[in-house]
This record gives sequence, structure tokens and C-alpha cells, in this order.
Amino acid sequence: MSAIACGNSPFLERMKNIRPEPDRALFVPSLWLLITAGITLTPHASHLPPWLIGVCALILAWRGWTLFRPDIHAGTRTYKALVLMLAVVTAIGIRHHFGHFFGKDPGIALLAVLLCLKQLEVGSSRDIRAAVLLCFFLQLGLFFYDQSLPVAAMALVGTLFATVALLALETGGTPLRASLRTSGLMLVQAVPFLLVLFLLFPRIPGPLWGLPADAYSGLTGLSDTMEPGSISELGLSDAIAFRADFTGTPPPPALRYWRGPVLTEFDGRTWRAGRFLVHRQPTYTVQGTAYEYRLTLEPHNQRWLLALDFADAGPEGVFHASDFQVLSGTPVRSRSRFELRAYPETPVGLAEHRSVLAGATRLPTGGNPRARALAREIAETSSSPGETLERMLDALRDMALVYTLRPPRLGAQPVDEFLFDTRRGFCEHFASAFVFLMRAADVPARVVTGYQGGEINPVDRSMVVRQSDAHAWAEVWLAERGWVRVDPTALAAPSRIETGLASALPRGEPLPFMMRPAMRWLRDMRHQWEALSNAWNQSVIGYNIERQRRLLEGLGFEAPDWRTLTALMGGGAALVMAALFGWAMLQVRRRDPLDRAWHAFCARFARKGLQRLPWEGPIDYASRVGDHYPGSAAAIREIAQTYARLRYGAVNDDLAATTRRLTKRIRNLTLK
Amino acid sequence: MQAANALLRPLRHGLDRWLFRLGRPEPMPITLGHRRIFLLPTGAGYAFALALLVMLVASINYNLSLGYGLVFLLAGMAVVSMHHAFRNLLHLSIETGRVEAVHAGDTAVFRFVVRNARRIPRPSLRLVGRADRRSLSLPAEDHVEAELRYPTTRRGWILPGKVRLETTYPLGLLRAWSVFVPEIACLVYPAPEPHPPPLPELASSVAAGLAQHRGDDDFAGLRAHQSSDSPRHVAWKVVARGGPMLTKRFAGVAGGECALDWYALSDDLGTEGRLSRLTAWALTAHAQGRPFALRLPDATTPAGVGDAHVRNCLRQLALFGAHEKHPA
Repeated sequence: MSAIACGNSPFLERMKNIRPEPDRALFVPSLWLLITAGITLTPHASHLPPWLIGVCALILAWRGWTLFRPDIHAGTRTYKALVLMLAVVTAIGIRHHFGHFFGKDPGIALLAVLLCLKQLEVGSSRDIRAAVLLCFFLQLGLFFYDQSLPVAAMALVGTLFATVALLALETGGTPLRASLRTSGLMLVQAVPFLLVLFLLFPRIPGPLWGLPADAYSGLTGLSDTMEPGSISELGLSDAIAFRADFTGTPPPPALRYWRGPVLTEFDGRTWRAGRFLVHRQPTYTVQGTAYEYRLTLEPHNQRWLLALDFADAGPEGVFHASDFQVLSGTPVRSRSRFELRAYPETPVGLAEHRSVLAGATRLPTGGNPRARALAREIAETSSSPGETLERMLDALRDMALVYTLRPPRLGAQPVDEFLFDTRRGFCEHFASAFVFLMRAADVPARVVTGYQGGEINPVDRSMVVRQSDAHAWAEVWLAERGWVRVDPTALAAPSRIETGLASALPRGEPLPFMMRPAMRWLRDMRHQWEALSNAWNQSVIGYNIERQRRLLEGLGFEAPDWRTLTALMGGGAALVMAALFGWAMLQVRRRDPLDRAWHAFCARFARKGLQRLPWEGPIDYASRVGDHYPGSAAAIREIAQTYARLRYGAVNDDLAATTRRLTKRIRNLTLK
Repeated sequence: MQAANALLRPLRHGLDRWLFRLGRPEPMPITLGHRRIFLLPTGAGYAFALALLVMLVASINYNLSLGYGLVFLLAGMAVVSMHHAFRNLLHLSIETGRVEAVHAGDTAVFRFVVRNARRIPRPSLRLVGRADRRSLSLPAEDHVEAELRYPTTRRGWILPGKVRLETTYPLGLLRAWSVFVPEIACLVYPAPEPHPPPLPELASSVAAGLAQHRGDDDFAGLRAHQSSDSPRHVAWKVVARGGPMLTKRFAGVAGGECALDWYALSDDLGTEGRLSRLTAWALTAHAQGRPFALRLPDATTPAGVGDAHVRNCLRQLALFGAHEKHPA
């Protein structure tokens, strides 16, 4: 016996350790699973804590490396203990990061880790199937944060690869192109089913049960308090706040004031929303030019609708606050649409309640002495509040205040410091200081926050209002005119109102990237993209019970309810199933001419009761048939021999020509 | 438990007959039409359905339009996979191949030829018998042979019973299958006694009467040609018909005839014991090339040699006492 056979060689020792493992059969499915997990997890990076992204990336990379190293065993006890430890440590980390386990965010974080760890213990096809289901769950989890077109496309690719992984479990996954083709075909065939169900599955409005408290965290927008600085952060965000599609001409830029929370309480530093009553009808009578539009509001988890000043009663579910805000019945937690009408020329608050006016002149005792002195001086020399207003604006204009997004910090006397020392600020500073001055002059005034402006997308003609259009302005109450809008920012930067933030800022001030003039082409592309996203949001994401009803009415169903929908859905699904069944049944049976000729030959005798038996070769068959037709036996034998030679033998002559001759001979064969 | 089984058995047979149209063994080949293909979800399929349900509820609760989309797409995939599984079996035809007799305790091998006349390949098929399963994969317009092994315990005919051709292609969510009972049987010879006593020499007068047939050069079958074989022994007739080179084997008689007589054996052995010993003797005599006669209570075979002779004798031993000499 040689030394090798005795097992002394270290190489052979290693060879022995490589078991004829089933793992290798799982190699291709595992690889596809890894890719699917990567695709599924990548978009989650936008909301997962960075350390968790790192952990997931490391685990996936490690898995990718070990996949190609069959000598690293996943089955050892140490390995399993390590994986378990990693799981526990990560779970503690998640608990620490979020403060709790229950809720959307920690739940999805746990799922993500679970999917990564599951990769490490793939030992059977069951593990792979479980991991694929996890991928689908995470795919769904992503839709909590983002339902945009790219995310949908990612989900589609993820589904395709998950299908390939499942397919590879059945077929071994090779060749790759065949797997991809089959999966792609299945995906395409599933689309009609998707359409039928998506359009006709009866939509149920609202949550079925209470949602976790953090379900809508992370939705941005205005807040109902204002402190210098809080809007400057919004000022740089390009995110879309809402869209408005006007049926006629959109209002000119100077009228594009979208009203949000009205701030009346002031404690010397912070403005807060005052109390208001909510009615079904507005407290004013609309008049003047009407602008009809459809507002598509991004979710912000607040009730205010940011309607253009001033709305009429509006559709069902829309309410009016006594400070002229338009509110929805519940916080806006999904992208919502409202059909609204605005009458900017309407006089409002002519019969304002005394308590409201008293609240609108209240100031904290003490503080900002210089501003108070200025206000008192103007008020004493004016004959009416109207004149006070005019002279106050003049005074502000004379101060030559500078509009900037990066104002210096303000100390304990913010209004004084802004007006007389730093003289630099943005809309919040202007509005806050102006309202302070007016109140000090005993004229009712308040701060209104919201959005100002809006850009028409040239692609789909809808007006887009971004977070960077957030604004604060003032309202002053005059006995004969009611509440009058005054925008003190316009004094320092009139172009902020007319053309937007970009032109209002002094040269050299950092602008949001997209607002820079050099980025024109990029802006055009963004217009295209946003028009596409808008169409996607309106028609796919915004598809709801209401649109479902309209679709059915468009199809000619009167008063459709869930019964109509269910019946239609069943019918549609049955049609799709029937089409698929037809496809499955229809398999082209290809016969080459030689087979066709031979088949015709056999069929001819079969009609005479002489079927060819399954095990009978052509020669045997011919001799049996020949016994029944002795007169033609020679011809029959020759035909069978030719067929056998063409089918099984080496063919030297022209196959096609010989086949043609054979076909002809079979047709002309007479039986004697 | 036993009683429950006894109660359930007729029920199951009734179900088989009614639902799967199973009854008597059917002559092969069979072709799988759409009426004999059945579909049910697998365990993974039920898990998938449950996951989809959870996802659907989440989509409704959180009003996720894309969630609906994903759930419906995946449901569509499951429905599509049903048709793919169905199509993977449709129009396949199954033939049975040659079956060789075995001795009890050995493994009976049934051969099936699965034929795909269509232009699509048929991956991941499984042929499932009572105790054995085989994975097959069929290219387009091709056929493949698969063997199912059945352990044997007693002599007589063994039938494969219900055989299932199934597939969980493409996603493993559904199992499509077709059941058939092929009209095919394997003859099981008695197990030869492991250490039989030496062959009985021809002594008795009974045996003498049996010994009519002898010949030194009895043709005893064909075997594959080897280069060392004499050209005189090549089966030229076969070659002339286009067949392979075969060598004729002749049973040279190495010793005298022997008689294998049931009645010469002690009753203590019992029926199976006697058959077992006679089988062992028949095999030994055949191996030694000695002519032997076989006497059983219901049949007597005159002495002879050769493969055909021994096969005939073994067949009698296998079917001794059986009512039916042919498979049911």
C-alpha cells in the first residue's frame, strides 16, 4: 500500500473533509438569494441607522466570500454560536437605537438583520425559501418609506431575482440564460393578473386597527411653532410639499400664498399657534376672481391643507378654522388630493371677535425696548391704524434690512437685535419683527406660516411647491378692511415673492444645489422626472376607493359596490386563467418531413388494424405488415429500410431530396 | 390505529378511483392529457400564501398602493407557476421497459421510458414509486429512461402499483402530478438457500424417468463477443441481420444429470424452505453446466440445460402454489 492510500498526505486529509455535501447543490440558489437580498436591502439604506447598514453589508460580503469557499463549514458549533451571538448583539443595538422593539422602524431593522443572518445558515432549500419570503416582507417594508417609481422598479427586479432563486432550487439554476428567460416570462405572464387584481380588488379605506405611534414619523413639513432658525433648515430642502393643478390660468406669483398654521402667541422668543374654532363653512363670504385647482398634498402628518387664500366651503371632509386655515378631518398621512377653489380678493375677518383681536395685540411684558419705542413713536403720530401700518413699512424700508438665509445668531432681545444691530435675516425674522412692532403700536397683527410661490412644471403644467418655498408673513387687522396680508420680507427682497428664493439671496450666498442658475439643464431634467413621478403618484399610488368607483362608472356600472368589484375581479381572473391554460395546452409539435412521412405510412396501416407496436422497429413492422399484403411486401420493406437508413443510419446522399422521394413513394403506395 | 386503517382503506380506494380515475393496471404507453394531471400546493406553497395574506393585510392597513401591487404580482406568479407546472407534465408519454426477474430479497427494477415529443424541455421531474424515487430532466424532443427499485420479500409476481410522475417546477410552490398503475410485473424467484447441501446425484428411479434429454453441445444462449472467442462460435446469423457480434454458448455437461425432487426433501423444511433449496440447487446445477430435472407437486420438468431451461424451472418455483400464473 502506498503512503497516499494510508492517508498520510495532508492533501488527502483535506479531501476527506470535503463531504459530498448537499450545500453545493444549493450554490446557485444561494448566490441568487444573496443578490436578491442585496437588491432588497440597498434602498433601505436611506432610513436604517448607519451602523446597521455597516453590519448588514459586512454580513452579506462575508457570505459572498464564503459561498466561493466550500471548505468553510457553516455547520460547526462555533460558527453557529458566532451567528447567534451576532444576532443577539445586533438586536440589543436595535433596541438601544430605537428605544423599543415595537413599531415600524425597529421592526424593519430587525427584519433586515434577520435576512442577512439567514444567509449565513443556508443549509437546505427550506432556508432559501424562508429567506425569499423575508425578502418580500422587506420589499413591502420599503413601501412604508417610499413608493416612488425607482423603488417600484427595484421591487420588480428583486422579484425577478427571487424567482430565479426559487427556480434554481428546482432546476439547479443552469443555464443562467434559460433561468432568467423563464423567470422573465413568468413575470410578464403575471402582469395581467396583477392589473386585474390591482384595479378591481375592493379597496378598504383606512387602517383596520391602530397603527404604531411611529408609523408616520419622518414626514417633513411645517411645524406649529416658530423660532428663528427653524425655517432656514426647510429653506434648503428641495422636497416637494404639494402640487396644484389649476383648471384655468394659475394665479400670479404675488397671489401664491398657501396658508399653514397661524401663529398668535408670542413669549418673547417663540411664536405658537393660538386657539381656533373649526367650522364646516368658512366665516367669510367669498368674492372676486376664483381659481379652481386640485391640490395633491404630500403626507406631513398634520391636519392643515395649505390651501391657497381664501377657500370656499370645498368638498366633503374639508374644514375651515376661524383663522382661515383649511383643515382636513384627520392628519394627512398619505398623499391626498383635494379639489379646491380659491378667491384671493375676498375680504376676511371684517367682524372679527374681540377676544381674537385682544390676543393679536398681546405682547410679553418687557423686552425689546428699542422696537417698542419706535412703535410707540409711530403710533402716537398716526391718525389711524392704516396710517400706522404705512409708516411702519416705510420705517422698515428705511432700515435697509438684508435678506439672507444665514443670519447671525440673536440674543435675548431678538427683535431689537435684528432691527437695529444685525439687520440681516429671512422671512421669519421679518415677519416676527413686523408683527412685534404692530402689536407694540396697538394694531392687531399675527404671523402666518405656509408656503409662498410655486413653479410651473413645463412638462405637465402642474404647479410644484417645494419645502424651500416655506415662508412666514404677517396679517394686520384694520377695522374697515379686516385681516390684511402684509409681507415684510418683500420690503427687503421683493424678488423673493415675485421669482423665488434664488433671486432674493445676495450673491455669494449658498443656494440649494438645484436652484443655481448653472443647473438649468438639470432643472429641465428634473421637470421631466417630476412630471413622470406625478403621473405615477396620481394614477398608481393615488389609486383608491374613489378612483375605483369612477373607473367602474366609466365602464358603465351604476352605483358599483364591492359585489360588482368582486364579480368583475373573478371574471377578469378567470379570463386570465383561461388564457394561461390555453398557452399551456398549446405546445407546438414539430415533426420534420421525414417523421411526417413515416407517420403517414404508419397511420395508413393503423387504419387497417395494423398499429405499430411501441417496441416495434421500422424493419420489424414492415415485415409484419408485408405478411398481410404480400403483393406490396417488397415496396413496404424498401420504404421501411429507407426510413431506417435516413433516421438512424449515416446519410451520404441529400437528405431533403431522399425524404421527398420517400414521401412521394409512400403516397403512391398501392396495397395488394 | 389498525382498525382506522382498515376502515380508511376502502375509502382511499374509492377516492383513487373517483378522483384520480385509478383502477386496474393500464396498458402502457400512456400519454398525460390534461385530465390526468392534478395540482395541489406544497408546504412551501402554503407558507407563501400565508405570507401573501399577511402582506395584503399590511397593505390594506397602511394603505400601501405598491404593497397591493407587490402582493398581486406575487399572487400572479403563483398562478402562473401553476400553469408552468401543468405544462411541464402535459403530453409526456410513459412506456415501460424490460423487467428482469430477481430472487426474493433482491431488488426488483422496473424501467420506465419517459418521452417528450414536444419542443419544450421538461426539467425537474420526479418518478415516484412505492419505495423509490428518481429525478429526471428531459430535453426537448427526447426521452429518458428511469429505474424504480422495489425491495422484494417473497416469491411470486411483484407489481409496481401506483407510480407517480410529479414536478414542483418552477417555483416549488405547487406540485403537479399524474398517477398511473402500469400493466407490468416482475417475477420474483424464491431466495436460494444460502448454504445448500450438495446436489443430489441421480439415483432414484423417479429421476431416471425424467432424464430423457441430454446432449453435449446444447445451445445455451448468447453472450457478448470477446476477441479470444473462436470464429466458429460467432452467431453469424445475428451479424447478417445487422446485429452485434455475439458468441454462442454451449452447455458442456461437466457431470452427470441430477434430479431436483420436491418429494425427496424433508417435510421439516416447509414449503418455502424446500423451494429455497430447490432454487439453490437449480442455480448450482446451471452454474456447473449439469443437466437437471425438476419435480414439483404440480409440475414436472424433464432434465435439461441452458438459460431457457433454468428460467423455466425458476419460474415454476416462483409461482408454486400460486393461483395465477400470470400477473393480475
